[in-house]
Amino acid sequence: MDMKRDYYEDIEIFSSGTVLFWSIALLIFLFTLPLYFPSYNVYLFNIILVHVILAVGLNILVGYTGQISLGHAGFFAIGAYGTTILMTHLGIPFFVSIILAGLIAAFFGFIIGLPALRLEGPYLAIATLGFGLTIMHIIGRWEVFGGRMGIQAPPLDIGVPQMGLSILLDSDVKMYYLILIITITMVIGARNMMKTRVGRAFVAIRDDDIAAEVMGVNLTAFKTLSFAVSAFYAGVAGGLFGFVLGFFDPFTFNLILSIIFLVMIVVGGLGSVLGAIMGATLITYLQYDLLKNIDEMPYLGDLLVWVSRKWFTVIGLENFNSILLGLIMLGIVIFEPLGMFGIWIRIKKYWKTWPF
Amino acid sequence: MIEQLIIEGLAIGACYGLFGVAVAIIYKTSEVVNFGQGEMGMISTFVAYHILAQYGLPFWLAFLITIVFAILLGMFIEFFFMRPAKDPTVLGLIIITLGAEMLLMGLASWKWGAEQKDFTFPLSVQELHEPIPGFVLNEWSMGVFILTGLIMVMLFLFFRYSNLGIAMRATQQNQNAAKIMGIKVERVFSFTWGMSSLIGAVAAMFFAARSVLDPNFMMEPFMRAFAAAVLGGLTSIPGVVVGGLLLGIIENFFGYLWPVWKPIVAFVVIIIILTIRPSGLFAKHYVKKV
Repeated sequence: MDMKRDYYEDIEIFSSGTVLFWSIALLIFLFTLPLYFPSYNVYLFNIILVHVILAVGLNILVGYTGQISLGHAGFFAIGAYGTTILMTHLGIPFFVSIILAGLIAAFFGFIIGLPALRLEGPYLAIATLGFGLTIMHIIGRWEVFGGRMGIQAPPLDIGVPQMGLSILLDSDVKMYYLILIITITMVIGARNMMKTRVGRAFVAIRDDDIAAEVMGVNLTAFKTLSFAVSAFYAGVAGGLFGFVLGFFDPFTFNLILSIIFLVMIVVGGLGSVLGAIMGATLITYLQYDLLKNIDEMPYLGDLLVWVSRKWFTVIGLENFNSILLGLIMLGIVIFEPLGMFGIWIRIKKYWKTWPF
Repeated sequence: MIEQLIIEGLAIGACYGLFGVAVAIIYKTSEVVNFGQGEMGMISTFVAYHILAQYGLPFWLAFLITIVFAILLGMFIEFFFMRPAKDPTVLGLIIITLGAEMLLMGLASWKWGAEQKDFTFPLSVQELHEPIPGFVLNEWSMGVFILTGLIMVMLFLFFRYSNLGIAMRATQQNQNAAKIMGIKVERVFSFTWGMSSLIGAVAAMFFAARSVLDPNFMMEPFMRAFAAAVLGGLTSIPGVVVGGLLLGIIENFFGYLWPVWKPIVAFVVIIIILTIRPSGLFAKHYVKKV
């Protein structure tokens, strides 16, 4: 059904007219989204978009290259703090500083990629986990980074204020368009990258690194490159996240956040850009909207409050999202290892081949 | 002063080692790194706390009930979460154990709330003794040393002489061969998880006596214990304990010299060790063949 017959079919962005049509429809929908929703939701959309950038980047590392990272909150933090510090202390314009912050994160990704050459599986997980926690502690100790108290993101000005060219994005809606454009660019970038020599090298490493090396893939170069690219995405996402939050402290970027990032791509589906987008959207929506006010939900909320009063504590009910997230993680690996993308493929196949 | 730092470091290190052993036992038999170990210990400690605070039973009885609970909890997680997963990848296994961690953490915070509680433990950190002149030991450290020694000896005897221990070692070497020899591999896994959960619960109670009891209290010790286990090599149980002792001493010295950076010493140490020796200090490194 999805068989590729020649190389050009493999590298084209839109595999058919239908895909092109729906992609354009989705873009139009995304660009008009703030018209349909009140401004609180736009804040949620901003967070979703930021997480989409991060999930797509993490998927390059975990889904395509087959390495594990439990330290992406660290790169995320480097991006957020890097952008803010570069803008407030050095007065560098927004676009330059966010790319610089991304590159700093990419450099750290490269450094973490070096031990990854010799580590695999659980050992790599613990090394990256250690990295994430170390970054959190270092940021928490240094006065430049605002210490434990946190730091205030500067006003989001995408022009060059020093030269009198100030374009201030002071509302969530304006910020939404900026983040949307960056997200679309980076998602298309990731998708294209996977169709090049580099992307195929990543997939080869995931499937069998020794075989890949025999085929002439330079493991050192491509494993560290994968870490660097993934960290760059996380860094850019972090830079935008700082502006979305406005104010953040080191504990925003804790271990749980790294776990949640991993959950996003596993729930969405490993090794697919679309899956990463779906996973990031679903998990962020659950985290920031649906489960935040669980006791006010119709029917279920009352039931949960009643259960809490009877066997648990009402004050602890806010931890219900942790329970649900845990159940989602368990369920997805046990019942649907391919994630939402796997479900999507199955539905597509069912309709395409329908009476059979 | 130096001796005192070393003794303190050894005591906390032995506790890391003990908890690391819990992680290592599971990894040894089934090649699963259990990221939920800390929370399994945490919830067992909360059960002990609940029994003590709510029903006012004596400590030894609460301890026994907790032990039974911990074994059942380990078996439960193995049976309902690990077993149904069909041919999971390494990442899949990590996600399952992380999911179990989130689940247990959510349940504990729901049940007992996030505020800190005091865990009444018969061995206190304040009571000082001087068994050998010149060496001051607190009761807690003595308890840790005795218990760690005891558990190590028991584990050694168990793995060397008992049928179940030998079955566990066989399962670790080759699951299919073990199955052919008539070992019920699933049952072995079940026992492994129960045993690991038991050791983890005991270590967690010691950690709770040293700090405070809240749903997050096992996060940091778990990381350290895990670092210790990786340091010693996850597949060698004596190696894990030695790794724990080493890490305890290193951390204590660092804490004395640069108190600010104490929390991250463990991770810097493991990143360096892993870069030099990818399988830890005491484990054999198996080179993957095509």
